[in-house]
Amino acid sequence: MSPFPTHLLSMDDLGADEIAEVLAVTDSFAEVGRRANPKVPTLRGRTVATLFFEDSTRTRMSFETAAKRMSADVLSFAAGSSSVNKGESLRDTVETVAAIGIDAVIIRHGSSGVPARVAGWVDHCTVINAGDGWHQHPTQALLDLYTVRQALGGGDRGLSGFAGLRVVIVGDIRHSRVARSQVWAYAALGAEVTLVAPATLLPPSLEGWPVAAVTQDLDDVLPKADVVSLLRVQSERGSGRFVPSLREYTAGYGLTARRAALLQPGALILHPGPIVRGVEIASDVAELPAALITEQVSNGVAIRMAVLFLLLGQGPVEGAHRG
Amino acid sequence: MAERERSHTRPRGSVFVPRAQVMSAADVHRAITRMAHEIIERNRGLEQVVLIGLQTGGVAIAERLAGTLSELEGTDVPVGTLDVAFYRDDIGLRPVLPEAATDISFDLTGTTVVLVDDVLFTGRTIRAALNALGEYGRAQVVELAVMVDRGHRELPIRPDYVGKNLPTSRDEMVDVSEDGVAIGDLVSR
Repeated sequence: MSPFPTHLLSMDDLGADEIAEVLAVTDSFAEVGRRANPKVPTLRGRTVATLFFEDSTRTRMSFETAAKRMSADVLSFAAGSSSVNKGESLRDTVETVAAIGIDAVIIRHGSSGVPARVAGWVDHCTVINAGDGWHQHPTQALLDLYTVRQALGGGDRGLSGFAGLRVVIVGDIRHSRVARSQVWAYAALGAEVTLVAPATLLPPSLEGWPVAAVTQDLDDVLPKADVVSLLRVQSERGSGRFVPSLREYTAGYGLTARRAALLQPGALILHPGPIVRGVEIASDVAELPAALITEQVSNGVAIRMAVLFLLLGQGPVEGAHRG
Repeated sequence: MAERERSHTRPRGSVFVPRAQVMSAADVHRAITRMAHEIIERNRGLEQVVLIGLQTGGVAIAERLAGTLSELEGTDVPVGTLDVAFYRDDIGLRPVLPEAATDISFDLTGTTVVLVDDVLFTGRTIRAALNALGEYGRAQVVELAVMVDRGHRELPIRPDYVGKNLPTSRDEMVDVSEDGVAIGDLVSR
């Protein structure tokens, strides 16, 4: 295996081997999570800071839980949202964090590319992208892969199950950092990705995207799908303005009870959360055994433990350029 | 086998080149039979005895020991596996990766745990294993069985059951497999 990268900024940073490594290590951390005392001394003495410039419940809690379960010290920055923006003020904040001697910064920002900028400013500090603008949200894609691998039988058997797996990603692709991470993650493992979205919610260009097909007809692709991955209609990013109405969106792209019945047995339903019931997914459908939304959240902690461990716990690798 | 030790002795991708065979497959079989007898003798039977194989080299030996114990006493001994990566004291100093998830599906409280590993070297893996074990209950007694004790201990740890005492130099490698035990060197490809 090539050395694990220094930062996790984008799914582009990880090839198929690194993804396999993350998923294998996640198995071990999932076992830790099942114990009566789910805590290991692995990152004792390390300090991790969450630097969130945008609202988040599950990602922030998930990262902080992951770090604490590994005995790292966690600093939680209340980055007073709107007043802090790109430019000097962000740089000052980050340099302060680096000067304090923090080992890893977990950053979420409304602007694409901020984690990459930050990674260029700091020495001896690992940067993890917890979601930047429309760009990337790599740990979300990794936990999706882990959840699917688990459903496919786990271990290497689950991993080989990705070859030719038909994955349908439905919804606001345009504004979705989750979709951008997912597409590359699934493609890296050999899955066949189809995007389903109204033309207004597709990115201006799909050039270079490793997707097999793009369609507006959800009913057509559902019967052949192995995995249906839904995206939230992101009102805060204005997705609502790109469709005539939410009712119309649901009519064309919502996973309603009628559409769920088109799925083949064994097909899986994923959603990164938070779900907006009745818009992109019907309430009853979200409760189906095929819907792995709760599993995704539980797996999120183990995935983030694995990512922190692989980024912080590996020490100097011969021949690698770190820091 | 000895994968764990090998993967901790980077650079990764280096290969084990055997120089001398020190135990044949039959020798290993006989050692396992003797160690099984010793486990029964010391614990006056197998009541409360459980075996925990250390990932990965100790797992196969633990299973073989359990098979022999079951033949000798007619009772099945629970077998678990333990990965100690998260408890090692060299995390951040060199690459440390878990080999496989720990699998201990029974409570260790009150049991006599026999930790099983293929090679005992510095003792640091066993130190980590003792810490990790505590997460699965408070064992009454913990004993240690190893196929090869190669010396060079860095911690006050000693085995209770030994397949073979094998003097080595620090930079040699010991490989334990189904075919027996070989001593050799790690050569980078």
